[in-house]
Amino acid sequence: MSSGTVASEGADEAPIGAVQQTGKSAKKLHGMIFIGLAGLLLIAPFVLYPVFLMKVLCFALFASAFSLLLGYAGLLSFGHAAYFGMASYIAAHAAKVWGFTPELAILSGTLVGTLLGVVFGWLAIKRQGIYFAMITLALSQMVFFFCVQAKFTGGEDGIQAVPRGHLFGLIDLANDRVLYFVVAAIFLFGMIAIYRIIHSPFGQVMKAIRDNEPRAVSLGYRVNQYKLALFVLSTALAGLAGATKAIVFQLASLTDVHWSMSGEVVLMTLVGGLGTVFGPMVGAAVIVTMQNYLATLGAWVLVVQGFIFVACVLAFREGIVGLFAKRLKQPL
Amino acid sequence: MRKTATALAVAGLLMGAGTAQAQISVKLGVLNDRSGVYSDLGGEGSVVAARMAVEDFKAESKGIKVEIVSADHQNKPDIGASITRKWYDQDNVDVILDVPTSSVALAVAQITKEKNKVHLNSGAATSDLTGPACTANTLHWAYDTVQLANVTGGAMVRQGGDSWYFLTADYAFGHALERDTSAVVKKNGGKVIGTVRTPFPSSDFSSFLLQAQASKAKVIGLANAGGDTVNAIKQASEFGITQGGQKLGGLLVFVNDIKALGLKVAQGLNFSETFYWDYNDSTRAWSKRFMGHMNRAPNMTNAGVYSSVLHYLRGVEATKSKDPAKVIGWMKANPFEDAVFGKGYVREDGRVMIDAFLLEVKKPEESKGEWDLLKVVTKVPADQAFRPMSEGNCPLVKKN
Repeated sequence: MSSGTVASEGADEAPIGAVQQTGKSAKKLHGMIFIGLAGLLLIAPFVLYPVFLMKVLCFALFASAFSLLLGYAGLLSFGHAAYFGMASYIAAHAAKVWGFTPELAILSGTLVGTLLGVVFGWLAIKRQGIYFAMITLALSQMVFFFCVQAKFTGGEDGIQAVPRGHLFGLIDLANDRVLYFVVAAIFLFGMIAIYRIIHSPFGQVMKAIRDNEPRAVSLGYRVNQYKLALFVLSTALAGLAGATKAIVFQLASLTDVHWSMSGEVVLMTLVGGLGTVFGPMVGAAVIVTMQNYLATLGAWVLVVQGFIFVACVLAFREGIVGLFAKRLKQPL
Repeated sequence: MRKTATALAVAGLLMGAGTAQAQISVKLGVLNDRSGVYSDLGGEGSVVAARMAVEDFKAESKGIKVEIVSADHQNKPDIGASITRKWYDQDNVDVILDVPTSSVALAVAQITKEKNKVHLNSGAATSDLTGPACTANTLHWAYDTVQLANVTGGAMVRQGGDSWYFLTADYAFGHALERDTSAVVKKNGGKVIGTVRTPFPSSDFSSFLLQAQASKAKVIGLANAGGDTVNAIKQASEFGITQGGQKLGGLLVFVNDIKALGLKVAQGLNFSETFYWDYNDSTRAWSKRFMGHMNRAPNMTNAGVYSSVLHYLRGVEATKSKDPAKVIGWMKANPFEDAVFGKGYVREDGRVMIDAFLLEVKKPEESKGEWDLLKVVTKVPADQAFRPMSEGNCPLVKKN
């Protein structure tokens, strides 16, 4: 698979040694972006429709989780829908049938995403490149068929009418705006976690492994353990996004475990910018906005989506944010 | 200057008087699949049907201003749910129409209840909409799984097809179809010889069809939908199953599927719809107008949208409001009659009661025109076609 080369063509082309010091100016810039992002999240629901924003946030987190794996470890997982969708089913089931409060439902969904990540990651990590991608795809298809068959998922109908409930048993989430701020908080938490992972010593080792695995091995790193750890972190965050989505839309359905969802997240990441922290969320925003606002165009949605993807690949291969990063000469 | 001012004031008054009559404005949203597998069933055709209903009702002259919007839910419940919320919250849509794909329909029904609007469904198959998931804000037009099973199962047994073999798609929907149909077959004195579960989705049905052929059952029931059904029918024709004297019973087939398959492949297939364009003079006249816009024959989904919009507008006119409780109350209290379904009425649980047909695909030599595809084998009255209200477990009914 070309994932390795794509990754190294990304924004930070610096060799392993140089990456360690994400210059002070870059750190400052990132801090400002995070503050700007928080400000934007505060104002947004008063300008745009909150339910739409929540959807964007869920997918932004999902795409960022996916890109953590592809962008920083060069591992192309083609089955991320499994963790996203399964977590969404579990959260929906927990909230509806077991009567969990929303935060516990989301946590249980995330936990399932994590556990699934441990098992699937442990299996898939044993192979590299396209074999890795194929194993993840095969495993996620197994999850899909499990969801088609299992009683609790409701098959084609999905789990419907999931109660939003009261956060901590106190705050009523029925109001879209209240729920929005909860989702925004979850999103920010996820993004900061991703940022920390990337810029921690652990993240540096991951980049080293991505860029030159044999050298990392020769330096004494247990490469597979690192990969597995990152894989599980990625699936946990994907699970968090999926579980949150179930509470937002009050439903969980086969769409979320379908392989096309795994494809969509790859698309989001590539459009936004591979190997950037802020790219996937931009990509997710672009794709989700198209799906929502172009819905009236009918069949043309997919054509427009394809056209944008082609334009993106032809004109700016680094993705939208990758382009900015290149201009600014700073990793974003 | 003063002159213009007075003129403006007078004009304003006149306009005020003019609008005093046209006070109610209604916004209808057609939400369906416009790009995927079901786009040929609903899609733009349902928008056309809704427009025809508004035209026929002469809404403008009755003081009701109707606006129609449409969107593509891409068969994804989350996209459907967010469009629905946006339509209700921001775009002041009053009624959502059509909505094929059961998972999306159930989601729309829930939000419609929460926002207290109206959902008139004619695209989804699930009988849960008027069963456990029924709400006071949703009415289910056209068809449902129980009716399909009842008509195809019951009528075919009565026509002599008293031994069945099922090809069942191995997931909840297929199982439900098989369960409902076998119950009907047995109730009517038939027997189920065997059943085979096919993986979902599946492109190769040959071994299953051979098993079915070898079982010597008189009817092979296809408890599946969409691409599975089309594949199974194609391969059945290759094995010459209908020519061999066995009948093929499709449990979820639309007239458009037959057109796509062609008569040579589909001939002899039996299935049920609640509307066939060539049934009588009024359906023919209506369908001709529809074909003028769409270049294809209408199916029961399109007819359902037409009929539901018409009945809804009657309700708005009669109650002089668009308060969901009032209008739906009126719609349930008053039976209707229209060009597509003839006489019908709305039941307490939201089920719309119309007669259903058992149809058979014509042989190529019997067909006289491009859309002359089916013959009506028998007509099943509404109360025999649909599930009795007492068996639906609809919470609305329990209260009474």
